[in-house]
Amino acid sequence: MRWENYTSLPEAFRNQRVFDGCGISGFINIDGTRVSGEKIIDMLCILKERENGLGAGYAAYGIYPKFKDYYAFHFIFDTDAAKLKVLDYLEKYGNIIQSEPIPTNICGDIDKPPITWRVFFEPMRNKNQNSEANIVQIVMEINANINNAFVMSSGKNMGVFKGNGWSYEIANFYKIKEYKAYMWLGHSRFPTNTPGWWGGAHPFNLLNCSVVHNGEITSYGTNRRFLESFGYKCTLFTDTEVIAYLIDLLCRRHKIPTSIAAIALAPPLFNEIEKFNKKSQIIFKNIRATYRSAMLNGPFSIVVGISDPVPTMMGLSDRKKLRPLVVGISEDENTVYMSSEEASFRRLMITNNNFGLKEIWHPKSGTAVIAKFGKGLIKKGLESPLKMNNLSPMEVV
Amino acid sequence: MTIAHEIISYYKVNINREDCRKCKRCINNCSYGVFSFNGEKIVAESDKCVACQRCVVMCPEKAIHISQNESYLPPHGNYTRKIRNIIWAQSGNGGVLLSATGNDRPIRSIFDDLLLDACQVTNPSIDPLRETIETKIFFGRKPKKLEFIVESDDLNDVSLKTKIDPNFEIDMPIMIGHMSLGSISYNACKAIYQAAGELNIVAGSGEGGLYSDFYEYAPNIITEIASGRFGVDINYLNNAAGLEIKIGQGAKPGHGGHLPGEKVSSLIAQTRMIPKGSDALSPYPHHDIYSIEDLAQLIAALKEATRYKVPVGVKIAAVHNSAPIAVGIVRGGADFLTIDGFRGGTGAAPRIIRDHAGIPIELAIAAVDERLKEENLREGVTLIAGGSIRYSADLIKVIALGADVAMCALPVLIAMGCRVCQQCFRGLCSWGIATQQEYLVKRLDINIAKNRIINLFRSWNEELKEVLGAMGIDSVESLRSNRERLRYIGPNPRIADILGVKHAGE
Repeated sequence: MRWENYTSLPEAFRNQRVFDGCGISGFINIDGTRVSGEKIIDMLCILKERENGLGAGYAAYGIYPKFKDYYAFHFIFDTDAAKLKVLDYLEKYGNIIQSEPIPTNICGDIDKPPITWRVFFEPMRNKNQNSEANIVQIVMEINANINNAFVMSSGKNMGVFKGNGWSYEIANFYKIKEYKAYMWLGHSRFPTNTPGWWGGAHPFNLLNCSVVHNGEITSYGTNRRFLESFGYKCTLFTDTEVIAYLIDLLCRRHKIPTSIAAIALAPPLFNEIEKFNKKSQIIFKNIRATYRSAMLNGPFSIVVGISDPVPTMMGLSDRKKLRPLVVGISEDENTVYMSSEEASFRRLMITNNNFGLKEIWHPKSGTAVIAKFGKGLIKKGLESPLKMNNLSPMEVV
Repeated sequence: MTIAHEIISYYKVNINREDCRKCKRCINNCSYGVFSFNGEKIVAESDKCVACQRCVVMCPEKAIHISQNESYLPPHGNYTRKIRNIIWAQSGNGGVLLSATGNDRPIRSIFDDLLLDACQVTNPSIDPLRETIETKIFFGRKPKKLEFIVESDDLNDVSLKTKIDPNFEIDMPIMIGHMSLGSISYNACKAIYQAAGELNIVAGSGEGGLYSDFYEYAPNIITEIASGRFGVDINYLNNAAGLEIKIGQGAKPGHGGHLPGEKVSSLIAQTRMIPKGSDALSPYPHHDIYSIEDLAQLIAALKEATRYKVPVGVKIAAVHNSAPIAVGIVRGGADFLTIDGFRGGTGAAPRIIRDHAGIPIELAIAAVDERLKEENLREGVTLIAGGSIRYSADLIKVIALGADVAMCALPVLIAMGCRVCQQCFRGLCSWGIATQQEYLVKRLDINIAKNRIINLFRSWNEELKEVLGAMGIDSVESLRSNRERLRYIGPNPRIADILGVKHAGE
């Protein structure tokens, strides 16, 4: 663990983008059964080659059933003064239902450990803005303008736990095993050019959406400008922040279903689109044209967790599949697992006696895998986005 | 009153007397009247020479050689030869000096001060010979967001709720700039339109109307409605992929088009609906557009007239306040917006305006892109940037600075054979490009010219793909406004700030 750089990068590294290689893992229980963090720790920590001890994190959904109607803020602070400032700021915009430290294990003699804190919060009703927009504004304001404070997550009945260290250290620090969640995401990092900082670790979260990401977005400048025109402030200088905001914009603000949002992020090639029927061609071309600046370019694989309106986990890789993603489904088809490497699944087979997977597969490039509460695995990531066989030969030119 | 000075010529025509076989081909080929035969030998009047190279190329013995006139003017660092020539010309003729092509002052090019990024280690580059890299662009207005009717998780059951404005597709982010029939010849126009059709890119008609022979190329032509309204009737409006209201042109911001009467042949007169031999001078402003709301009305009227089937856009010259003007135009309903930088070309423009008015396209496009982004208007509009896109490097850089499409014209003429002698306004182009004289026009082979344009843009597009691949980008949309992938190495960091580009090494 590195006991420094909690809420921002050191001066010399600010305004520089972070590049990294990573390990990503996640799973969702489709019937909503909540399980402890042990499994995600097993899945993630085995991916040793993919981290260098400079950052890891976990996102857990369903961990605060008692407070499920309130927004759960997870914070990191450098100082008590910053904590008080943030709490004062929050009180101006709503009611603090509960405010308490996030339990941590600190082993050894640490000079200045971070202050990890959580607040359950009910935003004031505002005629002009819905409560979600209020929360987004609060997150943007704290991260951009309040020094020594950082918002790790802001969704309901979920939380992100992250920091600068090896994946097993972070798990131990936040006592991940003690939480019970129906969906878990995990991430470990191999950053290239920074000392690493706690806030810069993954998952990145906004409201109910969390992203773990392995890759580098070559379209970062285009995506960032697109988001800025919708009022997002990209202050963290990482690609993953941009992905989280794009999903927020498409799914929450533009109310686009996850499966179509995945098309906007990694659209089919034009020569594939031209094989679809006329009506679908028009739809797909308009998605490409309208959201041309939301398209993600460069090597990536991501696992996304969303809890609203329906808890969903999505895996997606770039159109050339330059980063790995492997998916497995349990024998009872109730749990969908995703990971950078199959090693995660093998590890679970060793640590859990009765563990078995019905099927393991590698989804196609640029094709989303989607598992949803109640519905199960709705996209396997192997299918073409559209049925091709409903075409008459005349339409395939 | 004309009082000519005796001025030494720029060029010297040298004839190698040993090789010359007095075939007189040079006399026939030179449209500027340099050569004559005095009964004994070919005589050259060097002061008429424009160095267009026609005689050099056509001489069967390669006996002609054009050099700079070595006769030396007394040197002066400030009163350069060019400035002295301007004064001599004006004190001789007492008029506004005409010029052609783009600004020829040696002003530093900002494009040349920009460097491109490439992938190393952390992200793999893409090999365009083995992987798909896409360069298709949709030309027209896009909605702010899409709404769908979703019946199930199956995408086959999804339908689109949002009403979509007209858009058309082009296969490369390239537009051939507006050059009217009149400024260039019938053969040149035809070669350009055919090439645009075969490449599936788009070409501008210029403001000289569209001759009925060219209606068949309409799916790849954007017709222009300029202040002179030359050739504008309902057929003109209905035979286009898009309509563009021309407010200004980079070579002459604040001016209308100039077509000297020498070039108004009967074909031109018929197409423009003006008398033969009359100067076709467009009014400086549109006399029905004195403010932004007037422009909005004309945009609406054109959309109404064409039944909302094609995008309607506006072209402005890059001037000091381009950014707020652009915002007004987009709010006024323009589906696409063309910004033409101060180096943009012309067939005829007053030298004073061509050389001194306007701003570089690099700065203008960055400022316009930024302002439209701040107002959340950028995604809806197609932005076209021109004004000296000389080769694929400029095309790539202007897209990274914020343009959807790069517009270029002079490279197209050069591809067809233009030697950039800058005499277009005289109508004597010896290569058959910027002339209306039948015997000169015939010199331009339409098929060869077309294929040279096709080769040129295919190679630009391949080079674009090579660069995208090196950047790890597989679709040109992800380069647009991606200023992260540019770095500045010029002498003035303030320029980098305005461009929103970091300095090399940062």
